[in-house]
Amino acid sequence: MLEAILGGLRLVATLDLRLWEIVALSLAVSLSAVALATLLGLPLGAAIAVGRFPGRQAAIVVLNALMGLPPVVVGLFIYLLLSRAGPLGELGLLFTPSAMVIAQTVLVLPIIAALARQAVEDAWREYEEQLRSLGVDGLRGALTVLWDIRFSLLTAVLAGLGRASAEVGAVMIVGGNIDGVTRVMTTTIALETSKGDLPLALGLGIVLIAIVLALNAGAHLVKQAAERRYG
Amino acid sequence: MGLAAAAIVGFITVASTTSTEQSGLFRHLLAAFEQKSGVQVRVVALGTGQALDMGKRGDADVVFVHAKALEEKFVAEGYGVKRFEVMYNDFVLVGPKSDPAKIGGTKDTVAALRKIKSAHAPFASRGDKSGTHFAELQLWKMAGIDIAKEKGPWYRDTGSGMGPTLNTAAGMNAYALTDRGTWLSFKNRGDLVISVQGDQRLFNQYGVILVNPAKHPHVKKDMGQAFIDWIVSPEGQSAIAAYKIGGEQLFFPNASR
Amino acid sequence: MNGILPLRLEDVSFAAGGRTLIERVSLTLEPGSSTIVLGANGAGKSVLMRLMHGLLAPSSGRVAWSTQGPRRRQAMVFQRPVMLRRSALANVLYALDAAGVPAEQQARLAREALEEVGLTHLAGRPARVLSGGEQQRLALARAWALHPEVLFLDEPTANLDPGATREIEAVIKAFDVSGTKIVMSTHSLGQARRLGDEVIFLHQGRVVERAPIERFFPQPASPEAAAFVKGELPWA
Repeated sequence: MLEAILGGLRLVATLDLRLWEIVALSLAVSLSAVALATLLGLPLGAAIAVGRFPGRQAAIVVLNALMGLPPVVVGLFIYLLLSRAGPLGELGLLFTPSAMVIAQTVLVLPIIAALARQAVEDAWREYEEQLRSLGVDGLRGALTVLWDIRFSLLTAVLAGLGRASAEVGAVMIVGGNIDGVTRVMTTTIALETSKGDLPLALGLGIVLIAIVLALNAGAHLVKQAAERRYG
Repeated sequence: MGLAAAAIVGFITVASTTSTEQSGLFRHLLAAFEQKSGVQVRVVALGTGQALDMGKRGDADVVFVHAKALEEKFVAEGYGVKRFEVMYNDFVLVGPKSDPAKIGGTKDTVAALRKIKSAHAPFASRGDKSGTHFAELQLWKMAGIDIAKEKGPWYRDTGSGMGPTLNTAAGMNAYALTDRGTWLSFKNRGDLVISVQGDQRLFNQYGVILVNPAKHPHVKKDMGQAFIDWIVSPEGQSAIAAYKIGGEQLFFPNASR
Repeated sequence: MNGILPLRLEDVSFAAGGRTLIERVSLTLEPGSSTIVLGANGAGKSVLMRLMHGLLAPSSGRVAWSTQGPRRRQAMVFQRPVMLRRSALANVLYALDAAGVPAEQQARLAREALEEVGLTHLAGRPARVLSGGEQQRLALARAWALHPEVLFLDEPTANLDPGATREIEAVIKAFDVSGTKIVMSTHSLGQARRLGDEVIFLHQGRVVERAPIERFFPQPASPEAAAFVKGELPWA
């Protein structure tokens, strides 16, 4: 196995253009999905945290449960939506990177929203009285808290990014793993493994892990710098 | 028709099989077509059953698979315009070097299968409605074995593509039916070798069909037809013949016009 | 100008978790005098403050201001100050913005408030890195910027050392002098004497005695208050 790992790293080190195209596409798809999910998920989580409405507890339970959506099920669902035989077939989005972004956004949105909800709810306990005393309530209060705890929300975003970059089921089904168009790191690893080319698959796996580690390390440094600055 | 590459004018979606994709044929073949026509060919590689299903749903412009009976049904039911034969390759029966069923060297696939069954030697099947799976079922039928009823724990239905099935076979030291193309580029062989080859019944015919624009008006029929025309033309046919792995030719063009 | 005072509590009760925390309190707060709410731990001081300020709704009875003024007419400082992760100045600006003060006036009012409490030199510092005493002064600056009619303070110096406490008391006196009505809860007799004009003594959720400072100290009329002042009633 050590041989396979070294072989893989050697292949990767030769900087094959195709490989880096695949890496670039993986990052583009996953980062776009996480960005979209963050834009939608943070306000959603904050609203549920602070709001008082009938069915709130049920909404929290459902949101938490959706964190565990199986990627392959999401993929199938989006495929049926985007297929020509399906309701959104006219858009011609199937087997494009856009479809992959959509599927991953659906997958990641509950994670970010649920974690944001928890974080905002915890923080709201600290802020609520003072903010209400100042006449700040409802949505404005939720957004104030959201912005104030922005650096601890980074953890939620990273969790979403981890999920997006690791999954293969959704992007495989809605993307079709088309060479040069919708092939990303995880689907390539799956393909090379199934072809029995384990050294290449391992090499790619190591690159994927390294990238995710780097992103996490970067985020951690940002968090620390912010804590020093803002207290 | 100069030597310079044509500018990209559009793309078509071709539903094909994992075995064809994994043999590496497409990477070699499609570059030539794209250079000449400017049409980018996007291949979605699934099992034969799935590929034809994609054609029925209108998610592909062209299907390119290897299961004649299913293809003819596809056209008969109105999903495809016309079936053209393109090329053939062959299947081989691979198995462990130790050869528990004692079939090494024979050309008679049917007799070999009978021996495998009576020896209860482990056999890994694709079980995924693919062209290869279909061919395997035909061979059991020819051997007079109703495999659905008569299989035992020695028969492993992996429900997966050719590569994963071979991975399983290598891991379990089992026999398996595979196309030669996948076998030649498969790197994780373990103790497996070719046990049976050269039998006429292991012949595997490929066909290409344009998805019917009457059923799916959005199908790119001009570009799709251009692809079909090219692949059965002398130019396309010799491109197919030129593809080799380790000096060995994988696919044998046999289009007739 | 119509002020929001007097504030009338009519037969106000508050229960939570099956326990009655405030029982049938009726009182009127007039403008002018500083009111100290005194009582042992658990007597219900914090709850009463929050009922008056409007953070809690009474279970029964009515809390009525004279006119329904905008929120900014009253402000509250809590035992633990809660600051946003921004600079000291930005925190004051936030309060002004929330109160609907026009943008052109916000900067001036904020700087005046910081100067009043002596925090001008820390205006750009992140509020959360300030010391406890500085943060509490900042909370007072935040309230000062709004020029409220009523300032509620819930045990504002309970967590501070004597030096910081003196600084806070100085600011509270400045509020008083500027015309803001002070309503403050404390369990410190010395602080009550230093800052208050009248005392409302709370025992087990009921108002047991209300008297001007000179009459309450040295001898409260009610036995519970007397015991408390003698130091025999630290817990209700």
